[in-house]
Amino acid sequence: MKKIVAAGIFGLSLSVSGLAMAEPVKIGMITTLSGGGAGLGIDTRDGFMLAIEQAGNDEIEVVIEDDGQRPELAVQIADKMIQSDQVDILTGIVWSNLAMAVVPSATAQGKFYVSTNAAPAALAGANCHPLYFNAAYQNDNLHEAAGEYANGQYEKMFIMAPNYPAGQDSLAGFKRYFEGEVTNEVYTQLGQTDYAAEIAQIRDSGADAVFMFLPGGMGIAFMKQYAQSGVDIPVTGPGFSFSQDVLPAIGDAALGVMNSGQWAPDFDNEASKSFLAAFQEKYDRLPSIYAVQAYDAAQLILSAASKADVKDADAFAAAMMEADIESPRGKFSFNTNRHPIQDIFMMEVVKDGDVLTNRTVETVFTDHGDAYAEQCTQ
Amino acid sequence: MMSRETIVNIGLALILLAIPFIAMQVGSPFYVTLATRMAILALAAVGLNLVLGLGGLVSFGHAAFFGVGGYAAGILASHAFSMQPLDLGFASVAGTNSMLAIWLVAMLAAGLLALFIGAISLRTSGVYFIMITLAFAQMTYYFAISWPAYGGEDGLSIFVRNQFPGINTMVPLSFFLLCYGVLMSVLVLFALIARSRFGTALQAARQNDVRVASVGIAPFRIRLAAFVISGMITALAGALYADLNRFVSPSMLSWHMSGEFIVLIILGGVARLFGPVAGAMMFVMVEYLLGGMTDRWQFFLGLALLAVVLFARGGLIGFLAGKARHG
Amino acid sequence: MSSALLIEQLLNGLQLGVMLFLMAAGLTLIFGVMGLINLAHGSLYMVGAFACAWVAAQTGSFWIGLVASLAAAAAMGAIVEIAIIRRLYKRDHLDQVLATFALILIFSEGTRWVFGSVPLYLNVPSQLAGFVTLPGGSRYQLYRLAIIGVGVAVALGLYLLISRTRLGMRIRAGESDREMIGALGVDIRTLYTIVFALGAALAGFAGAMVGALQSVQVGMGEPVLILAFVVIVIGGIGSIKGALVGAILVGLIDTMGRFLMPQVFSIFMGTSQAATAGAAVASMLIYLVMAVILAVRPQGLFAGAK
Repeated sequence: MKKIVAAGIFGLSLSVSGLAMAEPVKIGMITTLSGGGAGLGIDTRDGFMLAIEQAGNDEIEVVIEDDGQRPELAVQIADKMIQSDQVDILTGIVWSNLAMAVVPSATAQGKFYVSTNAAPAALAGANCHPLYFNAAYQNDNLHEAAGEYANGQYEKMFIMAPNYPAGQDSLAGFKRYFEGEVTNEVYTQLGQTDYAAEIAQIRDSGADAVFMFLPGGMGIAFMKQYAQSGVDIPVTGPGFSFSQDVLPAIGDAALGVMNSGQWAPDFDNEASKSFLAAFQEKYDRLPSIYAVQAYDAAQLILSAASKADVKDADAFAAAMMEADIESPRGKFSFNTNRHPIQDIFMMEVVKDGDVLTNRTVETVFTDHGDAYAEQCTQ
Repeated sequence: MMSRETIVNIGLALILLAIPFIAMQVGSPFYVTLATRMAILALAAVGLNLVLGLGGLVSFGHAAFFGVGGYAAGILASHAFSMQPLDLGFASVAGTNSMLAIWLVAMLAAGLLALFIGAISLRTSGVYFIMITLAFAQMTYYFAISWPAYGGEDGLSIFVRNQFPGINTMVPLSFFLLCYGVLMSVLVLFALIARSRFGTALQAARQNDVRVASVGIAPFRIRLAAFVISGMITALAGALYADLNRFVSPSMLSWHMSGEFIVLIILGGVARLFGPVAGAMMFVMVEYLLGGMTDRWQFFLGLALLAVVLFARGGLIGFLAGKARHG
Repeated sequence: MSSALLIEQLLNGLQLGVMLFLMAAGLTLIFGVMGLINLAHGSLYMVGAFACAWVAAQTGSFWIGLVASLAAAAAMGAIVEIAIIRRLYKRDHLDQVLATFALILIFSEGTRWVFGSVPLYLNVPSQLAGFVTLPGGSRYQLYRLAIIGVGVAVALGLYLLISRTRLGMRIRAGESDREMIGALGVDIRTLYTIVFALGAALAGFAGAMVGALQSVQVGMGEPVLILAFVVIVIGGIGSIKGALVGAILVGLIDTMGRFLMPQVFSIFMGTSQAATAGAAVASMLIYLVMAVILAVRPQGLFAGAK
């Protein structure tokens, strides 16, 4: 309660300082609330709504719908939100393939899209759009950080990802920074659940460590099987496979794994502490990185809405660019392609009492952008 | 005198046509998109109805043709957009954003695929046929996901809807009318096929293989021809669907999509001319309304489908127009 | 590539095959006896995994969980059979496809309703943790060896059940002549419920055992279901023997394909392209094999009672 009041005062102080509250803003959130990937969408929704409620702003309206992780359904909902609900801003999509289905046509129709997670390379480079903002990262970022971190640690790496665009970008991102030798580059089937064949190859490879990008259930399956296999080469990877939503399912098999990310619950800044406390109080669980990203997306929209009218696209986009928020991640600003410039860290999976969580170990990149910003000329 | 089924059919055709106009009047333009979706899904199911309804062949893999049609539209449009010719190895072809050219390519490609799949699958029958068609569709699905040239799992965006002579396809109502026109033309074709010698033989082969063979008609050839035509119609729907969403992705090829086509036909009424239309209208509407009400909509959708199978045999057309004269 | 690696991969293929057999045996049994095509078989696999994970978390024992998975899947199978499936035997395959498709939606969303959206935790029991040293020096996970053993035992048990017991005699009678068995005074309704529950229990058991290795989550049954279909089509629908041969064939081809294809492709192209192209071909391989087998033998390798 106190925080909501505090946020209200904060909003008030803004309007006192001459930045009058602008027109009402209608936000359409399309996210995955059913099926196997629903955990990510629920965290997205909850993180986003936490910021909206804290702001206590009556002028902001949010409509939420479930995409069932199906691209054609996401497109249909986006059409509906644009045509019937007449939203100003779309947000919330978790998956790159759904984002690719929705974002180009939404921005072409003059709507803002603020991404809470999905960040395919195609939307960061030549096909970037002035109305498309990404509050999370660029897909390659965490893989790049894992590659940079591996430089100081390992000489020979076994790298592995599912055979789909995000997986191919992942290994490309890793290799962009890793200077040592890649012993094996393995692509698995998307949705694969058995990794015995790959683990046998890891054992045989002579590598010093494994880098793997296996989001969702794939990562859970791999980590459990790996821990049982008796192979003792360390595993690293991007934080998706070691986020708060999957850690309980992996269990102790994840302990000690080094993973890259932009936020962990132990961050020592005011915004992070108050976010963590508010989230835990409201939802009674630890937030995942998806919740943080969505929280920041909402903060960005709120901040821009307090400065500019969303109907004036240029002014609103300029206000978004200022990124005038207190992010739990610490520093946050936008690059020229409207993707984040932020610090990326290595985390270690630890046990805090009974709960598995991440502890920050070191900063890998400071003020890190992405490899596609130069290609973005719009 | 018009049969009761004919009256029901005309009624359905008029209702579908009326939805977008009423939607424009009352200021809910989204219903135009929804009606377009109904028309396109109905078209895809009309294709399936040819083999499933008339031929009694339960294909659980029509998503493959739907996806091929979609990818034909997506690939040709992306080459037209980037001005890069499409390299086929033996020749290179310029991309195009003309719907007519895209439809032709979509139907040819799907026809060839159907010839290949049908030639193997139609040697079997019954439950084997169901599973083999499913497996072939899965094969195309995995191929599309892991083939990086056209976006893999991310799919392919169509930035500007493809063109049709004399129509501004970017206007939702015009695009609806185009899809509606295609649907009605194909329905006429379907009715003609059903009454032709070919169609009669196809239906006879469903009921009695041996008798048809004994009068000198090869059931395999008839079925193969029907399967190819069926795949081509579904591919045409796929091309339109890609233009509706301005996007194609492997999910068009997924087995859920194949299942959905079967659902549409059963909801509407198997082998009935307007069965797919009735089914698509009902399914899209129910899915839309349930999705707006609860996150658990798939649960209730499942219950509703189950109730239809168990208690409402004959589908919507059967309910409205009574039992079919045959089958 | 060492011979130890090759042996390990062959074992992996065998283990996958054995898992698929547990799924396929139930499917093919149900089809053979009742003529029913059951798309919801994967949902029963999921039910088994969730039951095992939940009970194991409550009691702390994987073994109690495993028993619970058998019980839960069998009970769920019996309930579904009595409430719904029973009405579908006389319908054509089309109605069966639609009804069981609807059941998938209900099971998936219902499971999420009960257990939430986050995957559950289930681990290998401590007695089976660790690995054994194979001849040739490489190590193999004990739990996977146990799965192979259990699968072989189940195959043997099914064989004995069907060839040596009264129930088996009725099942065989049901496969060959459905009218006659009714005339013999066998309670056919009960027999069908038992067969369906047996198939469900096998699927649930498979789900629980695999759940310890994988992620226990909604939708986990669907990929396995489609593989199981491929298995029974290759083996010949209705034939348990066919299911066993088909399952091991699919398990070996899939595993070896994933392992060898990229290496084959790397002969003519760069490593990265070979890895993607090889993985793409490997993912389609079993379907290609199936197409070839059916082109030669349209009824599968061991045509069943049908």
